Amino acid sequence: MISIKDLHKSYHMGKNSVHVLKGINFDVKEGEMVSIMGSSGSGKSTLLNILGMLDEADEGSYTLDNVPIKNLNEKIAAKYRNEFLGFIFQSFNLINYKSALDNVALPLYYKGMNRKERTERSMHYLEKVGLAQWSHHLPSELSGGQKQRVAIARALVSDPKVLLADEPTGALDTQTSYEVMELIQGINDAGKTILVVTHEHDIAQMTKRIVNLKDGVIIDDSVVEQVRASAHV
Amino acid sequence: MFSRDRWDEILEALNANKFRTLLTAFGVFWGITILVLLLAMTNGLSNGVTAGFGDFATNSMFMWTQSTSKPYKGLPKGRRFNYDINDVAAIKSEIPNLKYVSPRNSLGGYQGANNVTRGTKTGAFQIYGDYPEYIYQQPMDLLQGRFLSYSDIEAKRKICVIGTGVVKSLYEKNEDALGTYIKVNGVNFMVVGTFKMSNSQGDKEEDANTIYIPFTTFGQAFNQGEDVGWMAITAVDGTSITDMKQQIFDLMKSRHKIDPTDRAIGHYDLSEQFGRINGLFSILSFVGYFVGALVLMSGIIGISNIMLIVVKERTKEIGVRRALGASPWSIKSQVLQESLILTILSGMTGISFAAIVIYVMNTILDRVGPVENFANPSVSMNVVFTALIILVVSGVLAGLIPANSATKMKPVDALRIE
Repeated sequence: MISIKDLHKSYHMGKNSVHVLKGINFDVKEGEMVSIMGSSGSGKSTLLNILGMLDEADEGSYTLDNVPIKNLNEKIAAKYRNEFLGFIFQSFNLINYKSALDNVALPLYYKGMNRKERTERSMHYLEKVGLAQWSHHLPSELSGGQKQRVAIARALVSDPKVLLADEPTGALDTQTSYEVMELIQGINDAGKTILVVTHEHDIAQMTKRIVNLKDGVIIDDSVVEQVRASAHV
Repeated sequence: MFSRDRWDEILEALNANKFRTLLTAFGVFWGITILVLLLAMTNGLSNGVTAGFGDFATNSMFMWTQSTSKPYKGLPKGRRFNYDINDVAAIKSEIPNLKYVSPRNSLGGYQGANNVTRGTKTGAFQIYGDYPEYIYQQPMDLLQGRFLSYSDIEAKRKICVIGTGVVKSLYEKNEDALGTYIKVNGVNFMVVGTFKMSNSQGDKEEDANTIYIPFTTFGQAFNQGEDVGWMAITAVDGTSITDMKQQIFDLMKSRHKIDPTDRAIGHYDLSEQFGRINGLFSILSFVGYFVGALVLMSGIIGISNIMLIVVKERTKEIGVRRALGASPWSIKSQVLQESLILTILSGMTGISFAAIVIYVMNTILDRVGPVENFANPSVSMNVVFTALIILVVSGVLAGLIPANSATKMKPVDALRIE
């Protein structure tokens, strides 16, 4: 599903340049659930941003579902993001003046789907994350866990190839984190490829494979025994 | 481009901060209100002043005689002379492009003694000896009967056309004036028509107290012979009387043996005066546009400014939208449309508000009656459309910079903003 070869990325700030990713090689097969771990500054977020086409690599190749991702202009990148990827952020990033339902429907709006279909589909995904009765509430009326569920519904609504989660539990307490992870595991069980960036070991243990990054290189890439989040709930 | 979803998006965004939206809109609202009001005022002033000219054909001049100031060809200075009917014929035949040349004579006038009687009633009126075409130079509404005709001129008929003021003072209410006789300086004239001036201000009273009789009758009845008191000369449309008047003066001077450099011919050039006033008003309306546009511009800069802040505030939201698949154009066009809608809505409100103010002003003016040099402040639909176009253009301009800044940042950086 994802194939990355010899990926390099540097940031330039004035005269200084920081080499963040120093040759990453990395493959993800369909249906995998991979966590990317590393301390801050290890390059894990940069990697995720490149995977999410929010940022571009300096060198190396990136293929997503057999589509080579290179020389993208913003328009095409936006289209690819909309079609291929679902994002889950640490701080949820819901639009605060839109209801839960409208937030979920947003990717479909950019896809150009008509209103009726959009509403039906978004409602379906809100049901999936257990928030059907909250559909007309604003994000400010929801708890952290509920917000992240709305965000997950939003990430899923356009049926992307890959779900990219950047510290999805970073802003949640442990109990809520496990509930969210349970939901994410369920989505993976249904066959969705998921990448999770985290620095929490217990969260990483709930994925099926852990990739460890340090100073811009992969130091460890191993399949682990998945801990079911439901065991903690 | 303006789908219902986009509308919802825009309204949601504008609603998200109502107070700020209102304040921003007020800038444009105020600007367009001032612009429209300024133009309406200019128009009102212009209407008021040009109404003073009445309906008189503006491409005209009046020409009379003065005493000579220089000796010429053995004739002394200080000599008085008169135009006569042959001068009129000479002007008509020798000067091209003249529409009307009306010789005129008059009797009575401002604070004159009583000169007209009918039975036991008397009055002091202005009596003019005129040619039929005078009605084309000074339009008037005939209420009854007719104006003078050429057969009146030829037959030197003793008939007259009287103003409403004359009717009022010489006749009982509901009495029919047509066919009756009035005595002007002891000579009987039959009334064949009554009139009122169609659109004149200020001189209404005087106009209404006027009696027109055929020029030839006037000469015979009041001992003027073929003398002409003065002439009202109108040039054809498209040629200016101002450009032609010197030719006429030269002709008159040569016919009356007057030094070509003498000031012996007095005249009043209506066209020149009118042109001067028109020029003044075009300057005034330019000032109206200019000042109004400046005020409007400050409103628009306000919108631009606010949109920049809005875009900045929503940097993260924009980042999220782009992560979800919003193309740069869809972000840009949303910002543009927000600014456009804000501008147009507040502009329309401004125009409506100004229209209400103008309406109220007109109502008050109607109630208190005519005010000197000010009448019917109004703007034409053209001005409104121009204002709307200015609004649309400026709405887009106001949104341009913020729209560009909205997509300038890479989505990854936009997402990082807290």
